[in-house]
Amino acid sequence: MSHGVYAQLLDLACGVFLLCAVVVLWRRELAVVVRVLAVQGAALAAIAAVLGGHERRWGLLVVAAGVGVLRAGVLPYLLRRALDVGAVGGGPYREDVSEGRETRPVVNVAASLVVAALLVLLAYAVARPLVALDPTPATRALPVGLSVVLIGFFALVARRRALAQVVGFLVLDNGITATAFLAASGVPPIVELGVSFDVLLAVLVLYVLTARMRAAFGGTDLDDLRELSDR
Amino acid sequence: MSATGYVAVAAQVAVVAGGAPLLTGWMRQVRARLEGRAGAGVVQPWRDARKLLRKEPVSPTGTGPAFRLAPLLLVAGTAVVAALVPLAATRTPVSGSADLILVVALLALGTVALALAGLDTGTAFGGMGASREMTIAALVEPTILLAVFAVSIPAGSTNLPAIVAGTIDHPARTASPAELLAVAALVVAVLAETGRIPVDNPATHLELTMVHEAMVLEYAGPDLALVELGSQMRLAVLLGLVATLAAPWGVATGGSPALLALALALLVAKVAVLGTALAAAEVFRAKVRLFKVPELLAGSFVLALLAVVGSYFLTGEAGR
Repeated sequence: MSHGVYAQLLDLACGVFLLCAVVVLWRRELAVVVRVLAVQGAALAAIAAVLGGHERRWGLLVVAAGVGVLRAGVLPYLLRRALDVGAVGGGPYREDVSEGRETRPVVNVAASLVVAALLVLLAYAVARPLVALDPTPATRALPVGLSVVLIGFFALVARRRALAQVVGFLVLDNGITATAFLAASGVPPIVELGVSFDVLLAVLVLYVLTARMRAAFGGTDLDDLRELSDR
Repeated sequence: MSATGYVAVAAQVAVVAGGAPLLTGWMRQVRARLEGRAGAGVVQPWRDARKLLRKEPVSPTGTGPAFRLAPLLLVAGTAVVAALVPLAATRTPVSGSADLILVVALLALGTVALALAGLDTGTAFGGMGASREMTIAALVEPTILLAVFAVSIPAGSTNLPAIVAGTIDHPARTASPAELLAVAALVVAVLAETGRIPVDNPATHLELTMVHEAMVLEYAGPDLALVELGSQMRLAVLLGLVATLAAPWGVATGGSPALLALALALLVAKVAVLGTALAAAEVFRAKVRLFKVPELLAGSFVLALLAVVGSYFLTGEAGR
């Protein structure tokens, strides 16, 4: 792979990765958000694959394949199922609209998009000294990872639905993984494996928790759970 | 070179002025066919214009110069933009002043003139349309300027011919994330600026939803023909601008007449493809509520901002 093509592909993957994080904040339909999350996972796998192909480290390619399967396949599939469980029982024409959409985010969509823009600028400003250490194409794209971390944090606090918050958590984790790939060409496969299983487990636990919440309270609006009540 | 340059400018204006109604007719025809209707034919806008031009000019009582001048300003401003933008050739006598910011300003001049005309009529609809149009324009303007900024960073200049010539020299630039994001933001901005479907419905006359139509409701006869021509030319020029920025191949950088003819043919083809795609997309989309328009435009603003920021940290060596 020639150097120019490598930089171009890496930039393209990073651009798609960052764009997906912004689209997660942009869209309200949780089904669309989950699909975007799958695309982001694929972009993350592409970043790892491009880096591995460039540095000829086959371990990284294996990690890329694993990341792709987990983040573009398994996790979105689990979220999708958690989403569908909410719609079951209503029949095809009585889909539970309030559960499938982030109807009333804490921060409205236009404002959260502007916040996302500010977070990207912040990430760029913060990462500049790091980039100056060794300005290769991968390090230069470091702000992408940092800004996805920040946007994930923001999605975590700005959304009400449990599933939307899980998506925010996964975006945050994608950002951390991307930062690791871009800054240090990835962590050792065994650590990556551990982290991936951790994430998988967290999502499984949250999946079960969401289902129980829905069974107990009829909804997953986390603001209703702030105070104790006897029901 | 200079003779061909003058010919190029004249040809651009002529193609835009003559082709814009045909483009609108073509888009309506595509839409009609996709919806299972026969359609009125591609030249229907020209027939409408001929019908309107034969009528006697009527203007509402109590309207002043703003109402009378707006159609002329709209058409004249758009014609100047058509001359400035390097749609067919980059080396023209006006290429030195073809600045992107100037182009945006000229287009905004037309918008403001129409809004003033809408206010001038003193009717409820005119005022409502003008206020909506200004709201949208105020949100679109920063997006367009940021997208312009992102596109001009690799070229190091906001001069349009320089940007286009630079992109022809370095084809890899069009695939860089910054350029793609900027073009996407620009497309949303163009949709809002020309009043196409997610923002405004060009075919509606329903009070609650119309934006552009509400402003020009009081025009009749030749004035209406000019307003229609002006908005059609605007759509054609903006689609041409997007096509030229996103896929500048074929734009004549030299001075040979054969290249110029080829460039004009390619321009017509590119704009026709874009128009077809736009019309086809409109069939499947609904207009968003007016209160949701800021959300859409905030999204495109963020895209443009990401394009600017991205062009700083997503340029490996390839983009330079």
